[in-house]
Amino acid sequence: MTADGGSAPGGREPGGREPGGREPGGREPGGREPGGREPGGREPGGPEPGGREPGGREPGARGPHGNQPSAPPGPAATPTAAASAPATPVLALEHAVKSFGAVHAVVDGSIELSGGEAHALVGENGAGKSTMVKLLAGVYQPDGGSLLIDGQPVTLHGPAGAQDAGIAVIYQEPTLFPDLSVAENIFMGRQPLVAGRRIDRRRMHTETGQLFTRLGVRLDPGRVSRGLSIADQQIVEIAKALSLDARVIVMDEPTAALSAAEVARLFEVVRTLRAAGAAVLFISHRLEEVFEICQRVTVMRDGRHVLTSELAGLTADDLVRAMVGRQMEERTAGERGAPGERVLLVEHLTREGVFTDISLEVRAGEIVALAGLVGSGRSEVARALFGIDRYDAGRVVMRGRELRRASPTAAMAAGIGFVPEDRRQQGLVMDMSVQQNVALASLGRLRRGGLIRSAAERAFATDWAVRLNLKYGQLIDPVSRLSGGNQQKVVLAKWLGRSPALLIVDEPTRGIDVATKAEVHRLLARLAAGGMAILMISSELPEVRGVGDRILVMREGRLTAEFGHADASEEKIMAAATGQHQEQAS
Amino acid sequence: MTTAVTQRQEPAGAPPGAGSRRLTERVFRIRESGIIAVLLVFVAVTTAIQPAFLNEQNLKFLLINTTVYALLALGETMVVVSRNVDLSIGSVLGLSAYVSAGLFGPHPGLPVPVVFLAGLGIGLACGIANGLMVAIGRVPSLVVTLATLYIIRGIDILIVGGNEVVAQTLPNSFTSIPRASVLGVPYLAIVIAVVIGLGAYYLRSFRSGRELYAIGSNPEAARLAGLPVGRRVLAAFTASGGIAGLAGVLWAAQYQTVDSTAGTGYELTVISAVVVGGVAIFGGSGSAVGAAIGALLLSSINSALNVLGISQLWLEAISGFLLLLAITLDRVISLRLQAALRRRSAGVGT
Repeated sequence: MTADGGSAPGGREPGGREPGGREPGGREPGGREPGGREPGGREPGGPEPGGREPGGREPGARGPHGNQPSAPPGPAATPTAAASAPATPVLALEHAVKSFGAVHAVVDGSIELSGGEAHALVGENGAGKSTMVKLLAGVYQPDGGSLLIDGQPVTLHGPAGAQDAGIAVIYQEPTLFPDLSVAENIFMGRQPLVAGRRIDRRRMHTETGQLFTRLGVRLDPGRVSRGLSIADQQIVEIAKALSLDARVIVMDEPTAALSAAEVARLFEVVRTLRAAGAAVLFISHRLEEVFEICQRVTVMRDGRHVLTSELAGLTADDLVRAMVGRQMEERTAGERGAPGERVLLVEHLTREGVFTDISLEVRAGEIVALAGLVGSGRSEVARALFGIDRYDAGRVVMRGRELRRASPTAAMAAGIGFVPEDRRQQGLVMDMSVQQNVALASLGRLRRGGLIRSAAERAFATDWAVRLNLKYGQLIDPVSRLSGGNQQKVVLAKWLGRSPALLIVDEPTRGIDVATKAEVHRLLARLAAGGMAILMISSELPEVRGVGDRILVMREGRLTAEFGHADASEEKIMAAATGQHQEQAS
Repeated sequence: MTTAVTQRQEPAGAPPGAGSRRLTERVFRIRESGIIAVLLVFVAVTTAIQPAFLNEQNLKFLLINTTVYALLALGETMVVVSRNVDLSIGSVLGLSAYVSAGLFGPHPGLPVPVVFLAGLGIGLACGIANGLMVAIGRVPSLVVTLATLYIIRGIDILIVGGNEVVAQTLPNSFTSIPRASVLGVPYLAIVIAVVIGLGAYYLRSFRSGRELYAIGSNPEAARLAGLPVGRRVLAAFTASGGIAGLAGVLWAAQYQTVDSTAGTGYELTVISAVVVGGVAIFGGSGSAVGAAIGALLLSSINSALNVLGISQLWLEAISGFLLLLAITLDRVISLRLQAALRRRSAGVGT
């Protein structure tokens, strides 16, 4: 049944399917197979065709809580106010709460999706979007609030429960099985069978081929997925979601790694899905995409629902204001003097299959931002610089002396500090105390006769805790008890304690709250003003723009562009990161 | 501002290459090809030095010796591909061998199948206990099965006391099992080969089998895909335990004297065989056939050292060294393959 249903939408030719071109009664959810996934016993024809007329979708009833970008979150701004809307939302999350220990990922999250719409969910990093996705996917159970399918409260028992309820999810980070073939990745757990319940490999490959044709890509269904580029991995994820023939498709930043042509293809697919009556939840940082493909938008900030509204009539600025809730701090590079002498020189650095021919320099007093999509090789370059990974060709020169390959000890001795991307796994020893973590990179200075003096360690940690405004209970508490932002400060303190000449920071503000984020930015600026050379890797364009004096952009393992602070714009950086330059030119 | 022009001609990475290239790639992709090559080279070298290695008597002996290991390797493969490990199989084998063969003492006329069922039952019970602790208790399998290795061996020692099963108590219909042969080929070896073939086919062609690979390849993704991870892992341990139980009965039939040390250290030999046979120790890839060939290689190494008249004192050190060599060879081959795949999809160098 999955197979037949899966090919049905594809049977209609893609292209040019505008919402307006759809006939009111024509392709309704009722036309889909009403197979056993209606938990609420919903009648196939449930949402009346009349309520879904192209022009009349979401009529004025949504007005009361939408179109109020400045309205504070509160009972008045909740989707329940829309109960009188003509169509029951296919899927709704109301006042969801989800916390992880001390971290409140979602405080008051609400969203509702109707069949036939593409609904955008936007917000800054850390606003709780991905947690919302996992609540909808059955990965997390909400601590509070309720999940409604066709208006009926349900509990999703794990991802399988969500799949059975007709919810397909494309996660931000591809979740593939590297050892298995592309086709198996798509059909895992649902492989087509032949007599005796054996897997029908041929059919699985054929159907995979059909999915790829629908997506307009050429991928060998039989190849293992290890080694696929991030973009191709994303394609496989999308194909997987399509094959589920779901009523609700959640796409968490599906376009982050795609080229313009692939994005266009994806949008065609989204339109086809909508025309077939599916609801699409679309998460993206690229607002122009949101405006291009979505009809409604929900904005979240700091784990809270801020607004839900029709997109028509809104501008990108409205959305940004709702997302940020404040003016972005602007910083000009002019504050600091011209950069000093060269601290780091990288020439033609290559690690086969990972990054190629990377040349860059970082001067004293300068923040160089390394931008690019996740998987473009930025972190791998940083790891190679710091000696964690080997490189095959090229050289790294630190203050005039060539660095030994693959030796973090040598890199540290040469004055490099490295704040890694994943602070829980790589930056901290979670079970050790705050004090021990801060002192970890400076043990050489804190010991006498081979023994670490606890008093010196404590004094050292206290000093840095004060300097970085660290919020903690006791210095002997395990570092895991701190909030994300304070954990990041501990990692920073660990390296600053060595007064490095070059500090490499990889995603310094990932997953930390807005206030601490600004604090970290100010700290980086202050360090640079004090003469430190800083190489910052970041996926957040406002951060790259706001903090970097120079911005280098990587794409698929190569440096593709360099901008000064003044002539960079988010659009230019994104274009260089996704390779849209060439597509437009050709 | 500069923009390097890195053209990406195709929307997706895999260019459907020429047929010949795909064929070599196919051969390359079979993980077992490395181990088969090693086995062939080893047999050729040994035979060149001592032609007696390939005589009928020695080959028969070799096959019979391999059966227990190869059977155990099937169960261990199911566990290892799911990114777990079962260290308790040696102890399970020992317990099953003593209890099942011991049944002939008080009941001399017992039908042989009943004895096999008894061994199977003991194995399944042990396997389920392991599986429950790993799947529901969420204790790492290394820890769980290390503990049950000692616990089951301890129970075995308590039951055995100072006794042992001796050959005289065993009926002929039982002890003749390993010796029966069809057209010169040991009957048992054929049966075991078929069983392994079926096991490999199951892992390859059934959903639950493939799901074991998926779980081992990326446990988090398996959970997100809604796979019943706990149930599959439990099933793998149950199968491994059951197989170890059956292997125990075969062991008793073959050696005919069972004391409380039966099967000691087998887990390490079997895990070596599995790894040598191309099953990734962190799960996700490899086959039961490969593991069985790995077991055959290990037995061949032992047998060759005997045939070549190398002192027993050297035996362990040399087989360890050869093991290392085989793994290195296999690893080099698969690394090469990976690098090739990576280069191709990244478009570097094309």
